Amino acid sequence: MSHTPPIDQLLSILVRDEPRVLTRITALFGRRGYNIRSLSVGNTEHPGISRMTIVVSGDRGVVEQAIKQLEKLHDVIKIIDHSLEKFVDRELVLVKVAITPESRVEVRQIAEDFRSRIVDVGRHALTFEVTGDEGKLTAFIEQMRPFGILETMRTGRIALTRGSNADIPAHVYHEGETETLRPVVEGIEAREERARGVPNLF
Amino acid sequence: MGNDTGLQRGDMTGAKALWATLANHGITTVFGYPGGAIMPVYDALTFYPEVRHVLTRHEQGAAHAAEGWAKATGEIGVCMATSGPGATNLVTGLADAMLDSVPLLAITGNVARHLMGTDAFQEADITGITLPITKHNYVVREVEDLPRIIAEAIRIARSGRPGPVLVDIPKDIQLAAFHGEIPAPHARPEIPAPAPEAIERARDMLSGAKKPVMMVGGGALDAAPEITALARAWDIPVITTLMGLGAFPSSDPLWLGMPGMHGSVAANRAISEADVLLGIGLRFDDRVTGRVNGFAPGAAIIHIELDAAEIGKIIRTHVPVRGDAKVAARLLTEGARPIQTAEWRATLAEWTSRTETPGKWGAGYAVKAVVDRLSENDILSSDVGQHQMLAAQLARFEKPRRWINSGGLGTMGFGFPAAIGAGMAEPGVRSVVIAGDGGFQMTAQELATLKMYDIRNVKICVVNNSFLGMVRQWQEMFHEKRYSEVWLGDSNPDFLKLADAYDVPGYRATNAEELPAAIDAWLADPKSALLEVVVPHEHGVFPMVPAGAALYEMIETEPGRTPDLHDAMDKAAEEAKNA
Repeated sequence: MSHTPPIDQLLSILVRDEPRVLTRITALFGRRGYNIRSLSVGNTEHPGISRMTIVVSGDRGVVEQAIKQLEKLHDVIKIIDHSLEKFVDRELVLVKVAITPESRVEVRQIAEDFRSRIVDVGRHALTFEVTGDEGKLTAFIEQMRPFGILETMRTGRIALTRGSNADIPAHVYHEGETETLRPVVEGIEAREERARGVPNLF
Repeated sequence: MGNDTGLQRGDMTGAKALWATLANHGITTVFGYPGGAIMPVYDALTFYPEVRHVLTRHEQGAAHAAEGWAKATGEIGVCMATSGPGATNLVTGLADAMLDSVPLLAITGNVARHLMGTDAFQEADITGITLPITKHNYVVREVEDLPRIIAEAIRIARSGRPGPVLVDIPKDIQLAAFHGEIPAPHARPEIPAPAPEAIERARDMLSGAKKPVMMVGGGALDAAPEITALARAWDIPVITTLMGLGAFPSSDPLWLGMPGMHGSVAANRAISEADVLLGIGLRFDDRVTGRVNGFAPGAAIIHIELDAAEIGKIIRTHVPVRGDAKVAARLLTEGARPIQTAEWRATLAEWTSRTETPGKWGAGYAVKAVVDRLSENDILSSDVGQHQMLAAQLARFEKPRRWINSGGLGTMGFGFPAAIGAGMAEPGVRSVVIAGDGGFQMTAQELATLKMYDIRNVKICVVNNSFLGMVRQWQEMFHEKRYSEVWLGDSNPDFLKLADAYDVPGYRATNAEELPAAIDAWLADPKSALLEVVVPHEHGVFPMVPAGAALYEMIETEPGRTPDLHDAMDKAAEEAKNA
C-alpha cells in the first residue's frame, strides 16, 4: 500500500434507502479506522435510493481500501470517486455573528461581498447563509471572526461530477455504466407495486 | 399468541413460508434451539418433515455445527435461535464464519414489531450487534417480504466470497398470514473471470522466476484439482495455509507444508528466499505473514483473489489478478513454460528434510499417533490451541474439505460442535475431532446431541495437558514463566465419566505404550466415542515465529528448558496466600 500524505478525498455513494444503511457505512469507516471529515445524505431523483457525499481524510491507499470495502456492502449501489474526474462541490453554512451599532454596516458589507444572504436579524446578531466551496466558507468565517462568531453550522460538502454522465469514463463509476442503477430502481418499484396489491393484516 | 390471527392450522403463515423457502432451497438440516420469540417457527416445523432440525445444547453449538456442515460440504449451513440471549449466543459463530468466509444463514426470532425498540422481554438489537460480523443482515418488516429475504440471504451468503447472513424475524411476522409465492433459488452468480492481461503478466512473472513459490489459502479449496495441475505443470513448490490445507496433496513432493507462526521450516524459509510468490485465495493474515515488512522481502507478489478488497490490503501486490481461482489456475496452466528451478528445489529439499518428527512422549506424539491412523476420507476437525497447530503440522491431507478448524477467529469450543455438523453432513464418513482439555469444556454439553440423534461417526480426542497450553507456552516464553490463570488440572473433570454420563464410550491412554491400543479401540467402537490422552504438562509447539517477528526469525526447535513448573506454581500459591 502506498503511503502518501493524507488529503481530503470526496466520494459519492448511492445506497438503498433502508433502515441502518447509514450505520452500516459509518461503522465500516469506524471499524477500519478511516476518518470521515464530513458526511451528508439526501434523497435522489430515484425513490428508494439515497446519495451520500463522504469526505475521507487519508492517503490514496486508505481511500482505495475504503472504496473496495464499501463495494462489498449489499446496500451500496454505486460509488463515484471524485478524485478521478472533475467535479463541482458545495457546502452551506449558517453563521451567527455578533453586531454592535458600530459594526453593523461593516458586517453587512462583508456579507454582501461574499454574496451571502441574511436569514435572521436580531438586535445583537445577524445570521448569514453562505454557500460555496470549502475555501470560500472558511474565508467568510475568518472575515467574521473579529466581530464575534456566536454559532456556526456547516452541512458538509456535497458533490456532483461535471458534465453529463454520458461524458464520464466508466472507471469513475466503479460499477461501470450508469445503467447499474436500473435493476435496483426496477426492484424497488416492483416491490411497491406488490405491496399495494396485497392486503396487510397488521 | 397462537390465536391472534384467527388462522386455521392449514393456513400459510410467515413461519410456514420460512420452512417452505428453506425446503425449496434444498436445506435439509437446521441446527438450533427454540425460545419464546421463535415458537411459531418451531410450531410450523412440525408441518415440514423434509427439513431436519437438530437440537443442540447451546446456540453457539448450533452455529459451529452449521459451520462444520458448511466447511465439510462447501454448501450453506443454517442455524436458528430465539431473540435476545438466544441470538447473542450465535454471535461467536457468526464472527467465526465471517473471518473464515463460511456460508452461513442464521435465523433469529425477535419480539413482535410493536415491541421492538421498547426493551421488551428477551429483546436485543441483534442486527445492530451483528452488523460488523455478518456479510449482511435483515429485519423482516413485512410478512410478504420474508421468503424473498430468505432467498436473497442465501444468495448473498453463498456468492462471491462466502460469509454469514442473519435474518431477524419478529414474532408477529411469523404468525401473520402469508399470501405470496415461495421463491425458487437464485441462480449462482457468475464469478468474474480474471482479466487476460493480468494472467499474461502473471505468466511472464513466473517464467522469469528462479525461486518461485505458490501459497494457497482457504479461498482456493474448491480449485484443488486446478491448483495441483498448475503447480505440476510449472514445477512450482506449494505452501498451503492453515485454511488451505488439502488444497494440494500433502503426498506430492512439491508440498512444503504450512507457512506462518507455526509453519514448517521449509515453508517459511521458502517465502523468505523466494523471488516470485504466487498467492491464491488467501488474505495474508498476520499469523501467516509475521512482520509484514519482513514477509517475502525479495519476492514479486502475484495475488489471485476473488475479493478485490483483499488485494493490496496487507501486502503490496505486483500483479493483482481478480477472479475465480479455478479459472485463473486453469489459464495459467495452459500457458505453462519450462522454468529452471533445479537449484531451488535442491535447497528446498534440504529444508524439507528437517521436518521434525516428535520423538518423545507428549502432545505432538499423541496427535501424530492419531492423525497417522486416519484415512484420506476422514474429516479431521480441531479445536483451538496447541493441539490445533500440532494437528495442522502433522496431519496429511490429500483432498480439500477434510480439515475443519477455526482459523481467523481462533474460537475455543469450535471443534467439537463443528465435528458434529460435519459428521451429520457426511454420515458415511468418520468425523474426528482433536481438542484440548480447555476448549472441549467450552462446548462439551454437545455430547447430549450425539446421544439424542444417535450419531455414530464422531470421534473425540481430548489431548489433556491440564493447561491452557498455548497461553502457557507464551507465558513461558514471553512472561518469564508467570503461569497466570492457565492451570486447569485440579478442576478438570474425569473426561471418561463425563462422556459416560451421556452414554458415550470412553478410552484413555497415559503413555506411549498404551496409546496404540487405545486409539484402535476408540476408532473401532461402533458408536461415537471419546479418547482422552493424558500428556505431560509442559510442551511447546515449534517451529514458532514469535508475534511481531519476521518469518526468517523463526525459532526452529524447542529451546532448552528447566522444568520448574511446580516451583512456579508453588511460588504463585505462596503469593496468593500472602496477598
